[in-house]
Amino acid sequence: MDSLQIYLTLAAILFSLGMFAVMTRRNAIAILMGIELILNAANLNFIAFARFGGMNLTGHIFAIFVIVLAAAEVAVALAIIINLYQNFKSINVDEAQQMKQ
Amino acid sequence: MINIVFWFFVVMTIAAAFLVVLSKNLVYAAIALLVTLLGVATMYIFLWADFMAGTQVMIYIGGILILLLFGIMLTHRITSVQISHTNVQRGVGALIVLVLFGGLAWMINITPWLEFASEEPVQTVHSIGMLLMTDFLLPFEVASVLLLGALIGAAVLARKES
Repeated sequence: MDSLQIYLTLAAILFSLGMFAVMTRRNAIAILMGIELILNAANLNFIAFARFGGMNLTGHIFAIFVIVLAAAEVAVALAIIINLYQNFKSINVDEAQQMKQ
Repeated sequence: MINIVFWFFVVMTIAAAFLVVLSKNLVYAAIALLVTLLGVATMYIFLWADFMAGTQVMIYIGGILILLLFGIMLTHRITSVQISHTNVQRGVGALIVLVLFGGLAWMINITPWLEFASEEPVQTVHSIGMLLMTDFLLPFEVASVLLLGALIGAAVLARKES
């Protein structure tokens, strides 16, 4: 548990699973969950490198900014998804192919 | 003992992440995402990042996950049992992701990572606060403006046009 490789591999697994969700899911909220997994993998990498790079806290600051961006992204994405649902009565991203109703 | 706890949380995180990706029921996927985020928070604790672990629990689980659950409830009729999704082209996606993960794992294991010895800090909150108010003051303020803009944008987008 004191080796950088374990954390990097865990982050790689989370990233791959998030990528899989983004590629194969059709529900917009499920895609959003995949994006959350990817952001968490990036954060885990930042903090692992901070810990094994001589406890350099710059990595922590970057992780905080990533969390802030994730919060902003989810708020806007959910507003867009709710609009999508009102216009198409579905949040299947394959069905939303045109910009007008 | 601490090793057993560590590996338990690693396995829990990975299993919950698989459930997020593969679960047919979107509400189950959201609950599995909760477990995954909690597992990542415990990883932060093992990495001596106490403040980040608290932030992760408060913002991700207390904020983002609740927002996602609201999104699920608002875009599906509660009465309909079918809160499901369909996966398309799972095989191709799985193949691409396996190649991606294989490459990443190979790269992680052959790279001679430069590691510096360091001792465990008592707490990181003080140093993070000092950094945010000195070296990273401008990004900190820009982030607050960005959050305000995103929240106003979300409110405008979600409002019904009258």
